[in-house]
Amino acid sequence: MNTMTSSTGSATTATTSTMRFAPINIGRWLVWSLFIVLLVVAPLIFNKGAALSILCQMGTVMIFGLSYNMLLGQGGMLSFGHAVYSGLGAYFAIHAMNLASGGSLPIPVSLIPLVGGIFGAVFGVLFGYVTTKKSGTTFSMITLGIVELVFACSLMFPAFFGGEGGISTNRVMGQPVLGISYGPQIQVYYLIAFWLFISTIGMYAFTQTPLGRIINAVRDNPERVEFIGYNTQWVRYLTLILSAFFAGISGGLSAINFEIVTAENVSAIRSGAILLFTFIGGVGFFFGPLIGAVVGVFLTVLLSDFTKAWQLYLGVFFIIIVMYAPGGIASLLMMNVRLMVYKRFGKVGPRLLAIMAASLVALVGVVMIIEMLYHLTLESSNGTVMKLFGMQVDTAAMTGWLIALALITLGGFLFMRARPAFRQAWDEANLEIEEMIRKEHA
Amino acid sequence: MSAYSVELKEVRKSFGKSEIIRGATLQVPKGERYAIIGPNGAGKSTLFNLISGRFGMSSGDILLNGRSIQGMKPFEINRCGLSRSFQITNIFHRLTVYENLRCAVLWSLGYKYSFWHRLNGLRDAHERAEAVLEQIGLRRRRSTPAGLLTYAEQRALEIGITIAGGADVILLDEPTAGMSRSESDNAVELIRRVTVGKTLLMVEHDMSVVFGLADKIAVVVYGEVIACDTPGNIRGNAKVQEAYLGGHAPAEEHA
Repeated sequence: MNTMTSSTGSATTATTSTMRFAPINIGRWLVWSLFIVLLVVAPLIFNKGAALSILCQMGTVMIFGLSYNMLLGQGGMLSFGHAVYSGLGAYFAIHAMNLASGGSLPIPVSLIPLVGGIFGAVFGVLFGYVTTKKSGTTFSMITLGIVELVFACSLMFPAFFGGEGGISTNRVMGQPVLGISYGPQIQVYYLIAFWLFISTIGMYAFTQTPLGRIINAVRDNPERVEFIGYNTQWVRYLTLILSAFFAGISGGLSAINFEIVTAENVSAIRSGAILLFTFIGGVGFFFGPLIGAVVGVFLTVLLSDFTKAWQLYLGVFFIIIVMYAPGGIASLLMMNVRLMVYKRFGKVGPRLLAIMAASLVALVGVVMIIEMLYHLTLESSNGTVMKLFGMQVDTAAMTGWLIALALITLGGFLFMRARPAFRQAWDEANLEIEEMIRKEHA
Repeated sequence: MSAYSVELKEVRKSFGKSEIIRGATLQVPKGERYAIIGPNGAGKSTLFNLISGRFGMSSGDILLNGRSIQGMKPFEINRCGLSRSFQITNIFHRLTVYENLRCAVLWSLGYKYSFWHRLNGLRDAHERAEAVLEQIGLRRRRSTPAGLLTYAEQRALEIGITIAGGADVILLDEPTAGMSRSESDNAVELIRRVTVGKTLLMVEHDMSVVFGLADKIAVVVYGEVIACDTPGNIRGNAKVQEAYLGGHAPAEEHA
């Protein structure tokens, strides 16, 4: 369980003494190196069209999601207003950029995210003091109140918040340093990648500190924490301030990326989106929000290009995750990884494939119906014929609807047929694994 | 410094109109083991909740090592050297056994709210957690999430978390509740081992545990301490027999 900081002096003395309880973890170094490689090569692989700007957006949302998970996953604090910290960080960052390009503030663009982080933390100190006084539902309610308050303020003080139009800036300022002007998007990408890497290390390191562990204890059982010497309110408060700091960094990066900050940045909608993404990714694992950011940005940016119903799909996807995989995509992944590690995937794999194929058939049917309905209600003025999966479908004729219904029925039937076998194989494999784990521990 | 670890002076506690604790007075000298017994609903657990700061008292005073704990929060009382366990197991379910114990030692070692120390680099916390792990006999379950332990193991962990911080006043609320005979014998052994040199105050229903562990027994009936004496004398006390034992002295063979 050692961290990336295990190369520091104190760690070395700890590992060389009699009891080696913090050995250098090769696996961990491998994961972090892989992360760097991914960050570096991602824009080389995805270099078509808008891919780069999507990658940039994913990077900022990743930092935002990780910071949100410090509250939700690690601290059990369901916040409805986390965008307050990223959004206010973004506002201060964009003002700092405007001051810098005006020459009154000597700060390079590369360090602007830090401005966002500092002001995120400042507002964490301010608002967090109020929100973390309570936990549970009360905490959630107060965060909702605060986000509405800040959003209302953003329209009341146009001098700072820029009113409806927001505040805009130009990130290209002064002379290029080492050829970096932040004109080309790729330079912005690598700036985001750099801050993403630093922030990820920082937030991971946090999970390996006394406060990081005690916030887990507060999540599990706040009452008991009070009886081992900790003031749970302080534990939540300090965690929130740190979380707000990283949220502010992501806000600063988005200010650089989009060159505009509007009231939407501090809204409940933005706060709700990060809750959705983080939950879809998986709150139980540190890396869950990274997956959540990829999926979330993918759905909101790409899917919205293809269909008007993208919000419906996102919502349904979220509900399915909450109901059937509360651990998010990360937990689904890890459960299958566990099957592979214990060499049980061979038994489950084919059945998993069968059930996924059946779901896919039904899904195609469902998507057809939704798309045809949307076409019928929103775009019927352009005629009843629409393009669907590369085919011409007439929404006024029965054929399309019948095919869709047939697909749903067929898929549903196959799903019902495949489910018992899958469930049995799944349960058996996991029971066997738990038995093996028990033997290992005993 | 006071000669008493815990001193209750005319403590009263009301919930709404009903008075649960009606002027309880008790002195527990340093290093002694006291058991609190009494019929159901007599106020034993409420008394514990008052001493540990979970509830505030309505009147009277409680002194911990000679210092009043009036108005103190549970974590402040804990920092003054008092630690308690719970009747209903109160552990950190998703953390491993080892992490449960490590959390419990962090404050007393002075790490407080640190986010600048590396947890795995803290030798003293590690060694203390390992030592407690050994003491409570859960070494083999070190990496198991606490929520997956058996009931008896969870009870042992409950005691482990209570003593890990090194408090010198230990309050145990029915440590053997729901255990089988042999499990409870083990628990008595464990409690004896981990409370050497400490002041112990425990609520217990199992008379064999009470007579096996306690130097003195305090009998609580209707929110008052009606007697406090050695086990032998308590058994002969007419008032106690009348109020609590109903004339049936606990089985001699366990004493």
